[in-house]
Amino acid sequence: MTSLLQARGIEVRYGESEAVRGLSLAVGPGQIVTVLGPNGAGKTSLLKALMGALPCRGEIRFDGEPIHRLSLEERAEIGLSLVPEERALFGEMSVADNLELGGFLRRHEDARTRREAREEIYRLFPRLRERAGQLASTLSGGERQMLALGRALLARPRLLMLDEPSLGLAPRIVREILDAIAGLRDRGMSLLLVEQNARAALRIADYGYVIERGAVAMEGSAADLRDNPAVAATYLGGSAAG
Amino acid sequence: MNATIALILLQDGLTSGLIYGLLALSILLVFLVTRVLWVPAGDFLVLGALTLAVLRQGEVPGTVWILAGLAAVTAIVETWRAWRAGDWRGWPRLIALVVVPSAAAVLATLWLAPQNAPVPVAILLVLALVTPIGFLTYRLVFRPMVDQPTLTLMFVAVAVHYVLTGLGLTAFGSESFRSPPFLPGRLDVGFTRLSYQLLIVLAVSAALMAALGLFFGRTLWGKALRATAMQRFGARLVGIRTESMGALAFTIAALIGAVSGVLIGPMTALYYDSGFLVSLKGFVGTVMAGMASFPLSVLGALLVGLVETGASFYASPFKEAIVFGLLVPFLLWRSAVQIRTRGKGHE
Repeated sequence: MTSLLQARGIEVRYGESEAVRGLSLAVGPGQIVTVLGPNGAGKTSLLKALMGALPCRGEIRFDGEPIHRLSLEERAEIGLSLVPEERALFGEMSVADNLELGGFLRRHEDARTRREAREEIYRLFPRLRERAGQLASTLSGGERQMLALGRALLARPRLLMLDEPSLGLAPRIVREILDAIAGLRDRGMSLLLVEQNARAALRIADYGYVIERGAVAMEGSAADLRDNPAVAATYLGGSAAG
Repeated sequence: MNATIALILLQDGLTSGLIYGLLALSILLVFLVTRVLWVPAGDFLVLGALTLAVLRQGEVPGTVWILAGLAAVTAIVETWRAWRAGDWRGWPRLIALVVVPSAAAVLATLWLAPQNAPVPVAILLVLALVTPIGFLTYRLVFRPMVDQPTLTLMFVAVAVHYVLTGLGLTAFGSESFRSPPFLPGRLDVGFTRLSYQLLIVLAVSAALMAALGLFFGRTLWGKALRATAMQRFGARLVGIRTESMGALAFTIAALIGAVSGVLIGPMTALYYDSGFLVSLKGFVGTVMAGMASFPLSVLGALLVGLVETGASFYASPFKEAIVFGLLVPFLLWRSAVQIRTRGKGHE
């Protein structure tokens, strides 16, 4: 299978310390790939490096083309998108304005197509429609995550990278958001999902990587990882949500 | 002081306050989007005012050569950068943006200036000549330093101010300029007589502020600028190029400066180096608003204008000291508020 995203030997450094050490991974088309690992394993650094928000070494190919030299904005233009852990919403702007800017790269399309794309987000997360006129900074954690996801989707990316989408959310909301993510895969989108909630992530993922101290410790199909006693003991033990 | 004098002082204070308010808007816009402290804001006002004065004398203003020179240097530097990086993708569009508006403004001025162009045409020429200088300053100087610390950017802005002042001296000489009023005289409204100049300043600045409000509130590009100012990483994630936003902010700032210059030109005699003090007064307005809010910055600048006029009537030798002294209570108050909120955050 040809991969949509192929990363080889990724290294991310913060001064003296190495956050990611020679890590390789691949995401196939229409696949959900999850990256599991403890706090500080380098998951966030990995996503930021893939998106171009952090300088890194190694080789990154998107759709077969090397993208290492592209800026963050250029990677967004060719179809990569990242929902960061901190969400990076436009807090002093309304939900509707946040979504409108999510479609910034689609600004050359006609107004009707763009309006329909926003309608689709409102159908996916009806809560956002109720809050359309509200400032993003006044939303609850779950609503903020829905808005961040909706904003990213409006660029219609080919690969969506999500950093801890379930962080700090109630189990019911986590389920709602993960169902939405699984629905995106079913429509052909590829996703790279970083999660601490391993049980929830492995429930919807096709393939998974377990990383420790910046390197891949284990990889395999989601089913294999679920059944793996080491993964079960370390990551599936206590987590109940999802 | 009787009521008549009070009303005249109020008018004068409002007029200069509105001009400072416009500059405050440009300073805040540039700061929020690019972190550059826009020290040359007043230089753009001076360029606008002096260019208009020379045009109304039926002569070709030196601004033409400043703009032509800057555009040529920028085109050469950008070509060299593209060649060195081996990356020609954005080059044709960039060169078109650098060369076309500047060349059009220069040629139109060379053609129309000696014919003693009517006032509205002269004003359009001023805007067309001064606005691109903002864009060129960004491309040439500030874009290559986007990752520099704020302090470095501030010193570079001061350097740009001195360069612009020097260019102003070469272009206009050391004497003062004042353009003839657009509409001389005053309008009798019963209890007082309002100068037409005040009414023009009021109408134009209100229209410009409303236009900016619509631009920031309703258009995609205006929203993109605000988004970049409030959440740079988020803006980049949705594909907004921060360098385009920087260029846009500098262009709008230069346009605001040019309009303010056109407005102030007939009211006061200006020299090539009058810009710095005007910048500082706009800056006082934005600092009063905590370098954060556009409407509050305009209010702050209005207060600066009113206090300045009052101070020049009562204690003219201390006029500037009183105006800049305004900063002290505001800074004390703001830091007190900050300490209190931080204290609450720790509880």
